[in-house]
Amino acid sequence: MALAVEAFDADAVTGGKFDRNELTLEIAPAKISSVCGFLKYDQKFVRLSTVTAVDRYPAEPRFEVVYHLHSIERKERIRLKCRIGGANPEIESVTSVWAGANWYEREVFDLFGVRFLNHPDPRRIMMPDDWEGHPLRKDYPITGTRV
Amino acid sequence: MSEAGIPGQITATVEGEEPETGVRRMVLNMGPQHPSTHGVLRLKMELDGETILKCQPDIGYLHTGIEKEFEVKTYQQAVTLTDRCDYLAPLSNNLGYCLAVEKLLGLQIPPQAQWMRVMLTELTRLNSHLVWLGTHAIDIGAMSVFLYCFREREDILRIFEMFSGQRMMTSYFRIGGLALEPPRGWQQRVKRFIDVFPSRVDEYEELLTNNRIWIGRTRGVGILPLEDMLDLGVTGPMLRAAGLKVDARKDEPYTSYEKFDFEVPTRTENDVYARYQVRVEEMRQSARIVRQAMDGMPAGPWKADAPHVVLPDREKMKTQMEALIYHFKIVTEGFRVPEGEVFQVIESPRGELGYYVVSDGTTIPYRVHMRVPSFGNLQAVPAMVQGTLIADVIAGIGSMDFVLGDTDR
Repeated sequence: MALAVEAFDADAVTGGKFDRNELTLEIAPAKISSVCGFLKYDQKFVRLSTVTAVDRYPAEPRFEVVYHLHSIERKERIRLKCRIGGANPEIESVTSVWAGANWYEREVFDLFGVRFLNHPDPRRIMMPDDWEGHPLRKDYPITGTRV
Repeated sequence: MSEAGIPGQITATVEGEEPETGVRRMVLNMGPQHPSTHGVLRLKMELDGETILKCQPDIGYLHTGIEKEFEVKTYQQAVTLTDRCDYLAPLSNNLGYCLAVEKLLGLQIPPQAQWMRVMLTELTRLNSHLVWLGTHAIDIGAMSVFLYCFREREDILRIFEMFSGQRMMTSYFRIGGLALEPPRGWQQRVKRFIDVFPSRVDEYEELLTNNRIWIGRTRGVGILPLEDMLDLGVTGPMLRAAGLKVDARKDEPYTSYEKFDFEVPTRTENDVYARYQVRVEEMRQSARIVRQAMDGMPAGPWKADAPHVVLPDREKMKTQMEALIYHFKIVTEGFRVPEGEVFQVIESPRGELGYYVVSDGTTIPYRVHMRVPSFGNLQAVPAMVQGTLIADVIAGIGSMDFVLGDTDR
């Protein structure tokens, strides 16, 4: 699997591991959309299970955007991971590959403040539209009142 | 499109006319407190007469920050958060989370605990499907089905109460096994229920399956092409009603589901009626699994042999020093989970439920993300209702079986 992606685009894969029976590939953020297209159309990963993020604050690159893909036919799952910096967190949207990425990316934008380029509807989804801050960031407090 | 009134019950405003045709469009605001939205979902719909031109769901009214809350609880404490997400299927959520953490820990769960988990998760599926059937029927206008469904649901909740002491927020599965020893006499209780349940499903079917009004309201309604469903992240009975045989219990077995004999029902019509048929058949299959689990329940321990994770028996705590130390450590500090990340998928009553747990080696999860079925299913609402009649929206969204607590987390 990892070899197939590597053969498709040698620059795209920057790392990977196979741990606890789960395959993780680290993908260069600029290539995510094309790699997803390849996996969906050529490798039969027809489903995008979820998109989420992990905040590694204060480490840099701060954000990991995590994609879980599922192939019903092959009964396999794969995890893609893109590391992006905290100063200007943005990454190409995969809505052009799966229309269903729309809400997941909105959620990541809402809760982590990662912007998705070329997203058709880049609004908040959980929090009110006028909310300040992104709650799932590690530097966002768990309790407290706004003054 | 301008804001349509205050988000309250149904409000409507008339939008400007289209210059060429002179057609006046109306914006209808449904929810967030509309009874058929099962929670607090708001749909903003643009209408031409009774035809929906555009639909925009608005979610987040029940967002409680559960994923953030995970980051300040120890692994074992966090089990209680999972119930409160999908409150109609608490044990499925318990199971998904426990399996994910157990995978990180590399724990082996003894057979009795596994079979007990299967039995109770299937009862949860029945519970959830019963609520779905009752409320879905009420939405469409069949009042009495609701009363029958809730009669059986009450029996299931009593069984849950017997096991865990709680009717809904059970938190009965813990990392390493079960929370408590299975209560004495549970076999009779479950047997009494499962003996009558199949005949009760016949009763529901008698009320609905050949009911002309039911068929009229559901057949050919809410159709969504399979490709669109896969694209939009729809899972569970919706996919199976479209002819795709996909079920995590068969495809990626967990908790010894591979040892049980059951069918995965599918239909090909892909409408609201087909989804009804699939879920009714699933109830029968779940009842089969419950019976198999009950009859073949293995003897032995109900929690894993892992003293650093599982609380010791009360008796040992009073006689052995190590047990007391472990107890103190687990209660005050929790247990450390090796660094790593896992994504554990289970088949919840609504579809694919996935727990993505990231550990940094401490006693508190670094990040927990829930891939919830309701979120993906709900995303398909606009695709399903656009171009159809406003009266079919209720039937359509009812057939998706989402729980807003699950969607918003």
